[in-house]
Amino acid sequence: MTESPASLLLVLAVLLPFTGVIIGLLLGGRHVRTVALTTVALGLAVIIGIVWHALDTSTAMEYVLGGWSPPLGIRLRADGLSVLMLLAVAVVISLVSVYAHADFAPHDSGKETRAPPVFWLMLLAIWGSLNLVFVSGDLFTLYVALELLTFAGVPLVALDGRGETLRAALRYLLFALLGSLLYLLGAVLLYGAYGTLDIQLLAQMVRPEALSWAALALMTVGLLAKTALFPLHIWLPPAHAGAPAAASALLSALVVKGSWFLVLRLWLDVMPNVVTLSAAQLLAALGAVAIIVGNIVALGQVRLKLLIAYSTVAQIGYLFLMFPLVFGLAFAGLDSTQAVAGGMLQTISHALAKAAMFLAAGLIYLTLGHDRISDLRGVAQALPMTVTAFALAGASLIGLPPSGGFLAKWLLLSAALESGQWWWGAVMLLGGLLTSVYVFIIVVRSLAPAEAGWMPKTCVPQYQQMAVLALALSAFLLGLAALSPVDLVQLGRTPLSLLRGTP
Amino acid sequence: MTPSLALNLALALLLLGMAGWAVLVRSTQAAVIGFMVYGLLLTLAWARLDGLDVALTEAAIGGGLTGFLLLGAAVRLRSVEHRAMLQAPGLATRILAALAAGSITLLLAFAVLTLPSPAPSLAPAVAENIAMTQVGNPITAVLLAFRALDTLLEALVLVLAMIGIWSLADDRVWGGRPGFAIAHDASGILHYAARILVPIGVVIGGYIFWIGADDPGGKFQGATLLAAMWLLLVLAGLRDAPRVSSQTLRLWVVLGPLVFIGVGGLGSWVAGSFLGYPQGYAKLMIVAVELALLPSLTLILGLLIMGAPKREIGR
Repeated sequence: MTESPASLLLVLAVLLPFTGVIIGLLLGGRHVRTVALTTVALGLAVIIGIVWHALDTSTAMEYVLGGWSPPLGIRLRADGLSVLMLLAVAVVISLVSVYAHADFAPHDSGKETRAPPVFWLMLLAIWGSLNLVFVSGDLFTLYVALELLTFAGVPLVALDGRGETLRAALRYLLFALLGSLLYLLGAVLLYGAYGTLDIQLLAQMVRPEALSWAALALMTVGLLAKTALFPLHIWLPPAHAGAPAAASALLSALVVKGSWFLVLRLWLDVMPNVVTLSAAQLLAALGAVAIIVGNIVALGQVRLKLLIAYSTVAQIGYLFLMFPLVFGLAFAGLDSTQAVAGGMLQTISHALAKAAMFLAAGLIYLTLGHDRISDLRGVAQALPMTVTAFALAGASLIGLPPSGGFLAKWLLLSAALESGQWWWGAVMLLGGLLTSVYVFIIVVRSLAPAEAGWMPKTCVPQYQQMAVLALALSAFLLGLAALSPVDLVQLGRTPLSLLRGTP
Repeated sequence: MTPSLALNLALALLLLGMAGWAVLVRSTQAAVIGFMVYGLLLTLAWARLDGLDVALTEAAIGGGLTGFLLLGAAVRLRSVEHRAMLQAPGLATRILAALAAGSITLLLAFAVLTLPSPAPSLAPAVAENIAMTQVGNPITAVLLAFRALDTLLEALVLVLAMIGIWSLADDRVWGGRPGFAIAHDASGILHYAARILVPIGVVIGGYIFWIGADDPGGKFQGATLLAAMWLLLVLAGLRDAPRVSSQTLRLWVVLGPLVFIGVGGLGSWVAGSFLGYPQGYAKLMIVAVELALLPSLTLILGLLIMGAPKREIGR
């Protein structure tokens, strides 16, 4: 865990996107998109560099800022979980940028219009904030990362400018701010009790006592509000469904994962000895309700974008099933790596698949002029590649082999059986069944032939369809990661062992 | 009972009373005014706790700018306030909200009471290392040396918030000027006040900024005061709000974060670490960053209050 010059890449991963934001804002007008796309290309190179370095050295990367080592200063640190998330987000950001190229083009006259600069600047800001969430090693820096993420996400929700999207954005803002506030309260309590905000130092000092429990509870509830776990999900469907397709993809695939990742960090890496199995069971129970309710409400939707948004509510539920599995195995003295890997895969494959679905829905809307599920005739004729992409992304959400969703559910299912918690496995299977119903309905309806003489409202550029297909294919083929010879998940991490000591 | 204990008790009771007022009073405007008074009381409380930097910030941002922003919102909402009252949440929702807020309060009260005493603190570590930063105010050392990354990121939060507020504009007026109220009455009291107050405010703002290196104060508090003076000028009609598409405006807005990132990069080159300062030049670098941040923060804070563009370019 040495600090090599390559670790400077972590700083770049965070600050390069933000530098793009301020330079884009400065140049404005016709230059914003160019600045954004250049930044995305450079940022992708930085992330590839980080992944390459991680594979090469098989250690976590660490960077101490300003030479002030913690607890006084701040460090950035990328372990296996961080590297995986950095990579997944970079892939989604890049492909969404390709898709959005024409949707948010500068005005012909070169005069700046409202939506394009806001979209591109917020895309970069979301990227920088998420990268910060993944690599930050300090609870307060993480708070700032959450704030950045909120202020980058809210303008995207209201990008359309209609009254209802403004209302959705305001509701999202209120939930997100409340969540940040609760997180901050918890962080302050931890500093008051242990005198440090550094995650690794804290992990060594934290004791299973009432105060740590209170801090963990406050922070977790705050983060759940931002992640939209049932019953704090009510802000999500209107917010994600009302935005333009590319913005919905960013919000639904990526933004909610930031706060989820932080829950994972807190529970697994900062305070594993504070967590009790029943608390983890409670988290998963909320997840289970989210899966059932989200999927059933999704089935009743009339509009495609709202259906996809409710499907996100359900899929977020899956992300929390891993907690009792990880801790169940750890408490039993068994290896919990597979459960962690399953949860990570679930997040990543959902990010890829959900981005593909929202983008596909955007193309369907352009082609039909509406997105009513009851009337999807002709879509497959006009957009064969997009319907294929939708089906592949759907297969990943359902969990069909060899998709990423399949491997994720397989790992989680075996962890459920191994730790004797079969009921979480049952919930997963039921969720998959419900998901398959609506994916099937949509694909079948879009395969129906159009009326004679029907013409698509807009001709969709080929590269947009290819970007969607690339996302869906990545999700679908992600299951092949099982064949990968390297195990990134455990990189730089010590396996969780929690044989209960004296309380 | 000693006088200081009596003062503390009175302050605590007033704080609770004002907080209760802000929550319970029916008129939005009265609630906002209650909130502003609450901010001032909180300033006193921080001063009693010897947190002068926090007190200054609370007075400037918490009581001042936020209060101003809320007051503006309350005035705008006045026409629909009556209708909104009819849609007030039902009893069940209120009870649920009260229960949620109450349980968080209890949890916090319990947690605060169990905090170790004396509290573990990084203050000794700051005192030990402050000489290397060459500044005298430990808060400045924390904000611009030990935890400089957080400060840089906070400046970026403000930039994002500003873009977010601009994004609420109507498509047709994008790039135009915020629709901030303008008084064209040259003999009015506001006009007069602006002419008298602004020069004084600018001097005080500059002073608060400058002493921040060694005493309580700094760029945030200074920038808030300067922003207030700018708002006063605009309100009095002496200056118009800027066009948000103006490249000059944007240059000043991004100057601070850009210089901050630049200084950080310089650090990784000459001091061996991003945001590190070369030996002997720490204060110079810190002052440079603060100097660049001052105009950016002043403009951003002012623009946050002025709101989204409302008038087309050229009007």
